Amino acid sequence: MVDAAPARVGFFTDTTLCIGCKACEVACKEWNDVPADGFDFLGLSYDNTGELSADTWRHVAFVEQVVPEASASEPGLRWLMSSDVCKHCTHAACLDVCPTGAIFRTEFDTVVVQADVCNGCGYCVAACPFGVIGQRKHDGRAWKCTMCYDRLHGGLEPACAKACPTASIQFGPLDELRLRARERVGELHERGVSSARLYLDNDDDGVGGAGAFFLLLDEPEVYGLPPDPVVTTRDLASTWRAAAASGAALLAGVALAFMRGRR
Amino acid sequence: MTVASERDDLRTYYDRPVLKEPTWRFWIPSYFFVGGAAAGSSLLAAGADAIGDARLGRAARVTALAAIGGGSVALVADLGRPERFHHMLRVFRPSSPMNVGSWLLAAYGPAVGVAALSNLTGRAPVLGRLATWSAAALAPAIATYTGVLVADTAVPAWHEARTVMPALFAAGAAASAGGIAAAVVPDSAPARRLAVGGVAAETALSSALEKLLPDDVGAAYTDGRAARLRRAAMRLSVAGAALCTGGVGTRGGRARRMRTRLGGVAIVLGAVAERFAVVEAGRASARDPRATIGPQRRGIDGSVTGLAAP
Repeated sequence: MVDAAPARVGFFTDTTLCIGCKACEVACKEWNDVPADGFDFLGLSYDNTGELSADTWRHVAFVEQVVPEASASEPGLRWLMSSDVCKHCTHAACLDVCPTGAIFRTEFDTVVVQADVCNGCGYCVAACPFGVIGQRKHDGRAWKCTMCYDRLHGGLEPACAKACPTASIQFGPLDELRLRARERVGELHERGVSSARLYLDNDDDGVGGAGAFFLLLDEPEVYGLPPDPVVTTRDLASTWRAAAASGAALLAGVALAFMRGRR
Repeated sequence: MTVASERDDLRTYYDRPVLKEPTWRFWIPSYFFVGGAAAGSSLLAAGADAIGDARLGRAARVTALAAIGGGSVALVADLGRPERFHHMLRVFRPSSPMNVGSWLLAAYGPAVGVAALSNLTGRAPVLGRLATWSAAALAPAIATYTGVLVADTAVPAWHEARTVMPALFAAGAAASAGGIAAAVVPDSAPARRLAVGGVAAETALSSALEKLLPDDVGAAYTDGRAARLRRAAMRLSVAGAALCTGGVGTRGGRARRMRTRLGGVAIVLGAVAERFAVVEAGRASARDPRATIGPQRRGIDGSVTGLAAP
């Protein structure tokens, strides 16, 4: 075993390198024994997966765009592809609201659901600002990406990163990935790709930065990602204060109802 | 909202939802109703003791026990793994309102049970009184934590309404408990007052909620099934309150009692509809990418251009 806690690890998904092969989706399913999620034809470009869910832990989005002439060096049709995954947030709403302690933070600073503890209350599903975690039908429990917790223990990289043929999905210590990502954005800007930007790489954002962050070529919502996600528990203290005031008002109301006599 | 109009060109991924719809089935809004009804009834029981109204005291205690008993069954039934319900008390986790609520229920439920059994059997009166007051002390938390629970999610229609949600649930608790007590003990003026006061607060808060939310988030409450449920809730509650208050001065008559009972039932049905409306609005809001992206995008654009309100 290791002596010190290992460094925080993560995914840097460079969507400019994604070719939409879905090897990550397949590798994830195979390694983690994730059940089938239906043979649906969605008619949304090449995306027949649709979304992340209990049974889909990697999802490749396909965006077809007409590039405005004025803003591009190469006008015409543009295809954006991006492999989405659980963000393993620094401030993870799913973990915060989990009433059983089934969702925990690992020694790698990833967020994992313990299947033997989860009782399927569904709170994490409503709390995740990315719509990542879901409840598995006929099983009842919540499931999501574990960043291949078992492989990390064996010193291996997650199955999706291993399978990615273009290094669009990069795995490693988060600090290193962030440095590499910033260099890559600078390089792209120099080449005239001014729309390149990082998403969830900043510790000051609403989820405190994420273990899985992305290099995007358009606004996050174009890829189905929330543009400014916030961990819901940030507002929990103020909500409890509102509840305390409401509870006091309820007490006062009942007292008033009794003070005016019984008939 | 001036910023919103500049951005009706909101962009999405094939109009697909950003969030997952809450998985909670009808058990959960049902629990929100009975949990509130139990909490309000526990307060009524303590109040009845204070003024020495034995009939109201018994009715309120039995109502609280039936409601919280049924509510506990509903909560377990909704779990994906009901046999693991006790995992709720495996840890103490203040960041999870559901965990806090489970601990509250673990204290409140037995208190309600002892209070009711002692009252019905006449045994252990001191313990019964202690249990009655303990249940009443926990009741405000039981009535409002569910509002915190739904607000503590990513669902825009719930989270953005977080300042109002606990109060709306407290008002619903008052209306529910008052309505049930008015239907069972129509002669009790405190029960009628609590019911009518609850309806007044619920109606006011429900419209405050609508005004508080930006249009793209508020649409979840003003369109579709949630809107129909809210309209039904409003009509039933107001009609019920009118029946409970009507005919002042003709007290004691059979017709008057009948009217009050009917009014109580209408208020209860209104409170049920309101709980289902809130949950339905949450579902619609999670499905709608505009409700998720719109406010977040306005926040970003506002902070960039300096247009954001303080």
